[in-house]
Amino acid sequence: MTFGRFVRKFVTNPLSVLGLLLLLGFVAMAIAAPFLAPPQGERAKREPYRIPRDGFAAEPLPPNGEHRFGTTEGQYDIYYGVVWGTRTAFKVGIICTSITLVIGLIVGSIAAYYGGWVDEVLMRIVEIFQAFPFLLAAITLSAVLQARLGRGLITGMLALIAFGWTGYSRLIRGDILTVKQRDYVLAARAVGVKNSRILIKHILPNAMFPTMVVASMRIADYVLSFAGLSFLGLGTEIGYADWGQMISFARNWIPSLADYWYILVYPGMAIVLFVLAWNLVGDAFRDILDPRLQGSR
Amino acid sequence: MHRYIIRRLLILPLLLFGVSVLIFGMTQLLTPYERASLYVSDIPKRVGALDDIVKKYGLDAPFYIQYGRWLNKVLHGDLGFSKVGKQPVADLIKNHFPATLELALWCIGPLIYVGIQLGIISAVKQNSPLDWFVRTFAIVGWSFPLFVFGLLALMIFYAKLGWFPAGRLSDWATQVVSSGEFRVITKMNTIDALLNGRLDIFWDALRHLILPVITLSYLDWAILLRVTRSSMLEVLRQEYVTTARAKGLEEPKVIQRHARPNAMIPVVTMGGMTLVGLLSGLVITETIFNYRGMGWFFASAASQLDVITVLGFAMFNGTILVLGNLGVDILYGFVDPRVRLS
Repeated sequence: MTFGRFVRKFVTNPLSVLGLLLLLGFVAMAIAAPFLAPPQGERAKREPYRIPRDGFAAEPLPPNGEHRFGTTEGQYDIYYGVVWGTRTAFKVGIICTSITLVIGLIVGSIAAYYGGWVDEVLMRIVEIFQAFPFLLAAITLSAVLQARLGRGLITGMLALIAFGWTGYSRLIRGDILTVKQRDYVLAARAVGVKNSRILIKHILPNAMFPTMVVASMRIADYVLSFAGLSFLGLGTEIGYADWGQMISFARNWIPSLADYWYILVYPGMAIVLFVLAWNLVGDAFRDILDPRLQGSR
Repeated sequence: MHRYIIRRLLILPLLLFGVSVLIFGMTQLLTPYERASLYVSDIPKRVGALDDIVKKYGLDAPFYIQYGRWLNKVLHGDLGFSKVGKQPVADLIKNHFPATLELALWCIGPLIYVGIQLGIISAVKQNSPLDWFVRTFAIVGWSFPLFVFGLLALMIFYAKLGWFPAGRLSDWATQVVSSGEFRVITKMNTIDALLNGRLDIFWDALRHLILPVITLSYLDWAILLRVTRSSMLEVLRQEYVTTARAKGLEEPKVIQRHARPNAMIPVVTMGGMTLVGLLSGLVITETIFNYRGMGWFFASAASQLDVITVLGFAMFNGTILVLGNLGVDILYGFVDPRVRLS
């Protein structure tokens, strides 16, 4: 498909355009974070992800001139957290997706290419990792890892990565098995090309494309799961610019949330729109690349 | 069919073994000393105290010896002692399981029924306003994190309107339930209330269940209806459906007798996965609504880094899930004959 046709198909669906605009908005926000919410002072410049505090009072304060979105308990500035949280979200999503993609690629291609007992063993291992629901497994592992690494971005991401690779490895394995049957692979083998070279040069490039589409949608999944970890107190430390962590403050104010709506609604809106943007764009890609599915979701 | 079931049953012990190695293996990410401090809450303040503990419990032994010791205990129903719960993990599971089961049971019925019905309607009336509404709901629901949805629901229906409270029971009802006159049979409040003939308590328990049930279900509605819709759309284009119409069958009959059964095949797989996913959802939902079941305890133990409790719960859940998956696989073999042969 030519690029021009791709773009034309993309813009005919208003939902896809909406998703793309939202996504570009978030990218802009992440890039412009130092201008939108400049860190004040030397220490803040070194650690821009610490949300600045305005005193230590326990009660959240509503939006006012100084704090556009108000402050949470402990007087963390919500506006600052929402803006810098965009960077955290992109970081988590992109890092987790690319690392799990690489692991999945390695495991999946080995399983598919060598087949036989290698395939059998690897797929059983995948099945064991998949015996747990993703979030449950990540919670368990990050609780264990915290005893060693402490609370933080890395701990949560490691837990997500450890259980996130399995889906890809299955997907890539399936794709490769299909491509493997093609004539050009047989031809390459007939002229005596080495196994590893066939895998890397001939099979992978052709099997990769559908996986990349799924990968783009997985970014939103990781951001959601990470926010879930943070929400439960297993992600970033308190006061870190991370949407899930900020929303977790709302748990302490449930009976009076009607008054303190801003501690939930602003960070909540950020995460909903972020995930929605990725899902809309991912849907659009899928519809265009696989016309059979058009309008079926 | 028999061979298919036997093959699945043979893999079962292998899977359970793998799951247990995976869970126990997580403790090996820690040093023997860090592991020692998981088990002991206050370490005697003298030089070498920690070394003694490590030696006494063999925490520096090779992996397979430690694993063997642990597995032996687990097989005897001993999942360790919970620091946070101050009782054996197995007892904690026993005490908290009924509440979770009650919540899950209230979810499953409406979830499957509503999800599938919406999917069918939206496929049959493709591109109608209803279809658009349902699809928008699906994609928005798909993007709404559970905890944001749950907290928003609490903000509106509890903090603002005061309709549905958090927790499992109101204070007065808790008093009645814990008094001697009320016979606690299943530990599931709605069922116990009916068995005791107390409609007021049944209503109170139900009022506490409504928001958690909706929070847990909306996402799965979104998933189920998408799957149902796309599967139904595909089946409706098949030739046998056209044939059925051509021979003059009424449309409702075409859909119910000819299209729906075949459209249900992918929905069954998805349904199985949805129920597995329900467990993740339960952890967050119970935490938000302060609904004291297994998920709530799991989350609070995890956030207080009570690793022993977390691993015990994980082992229990892992076992349930492996068994549940087996059930789904076998059911799937009945629904779709092609599976048995491959």
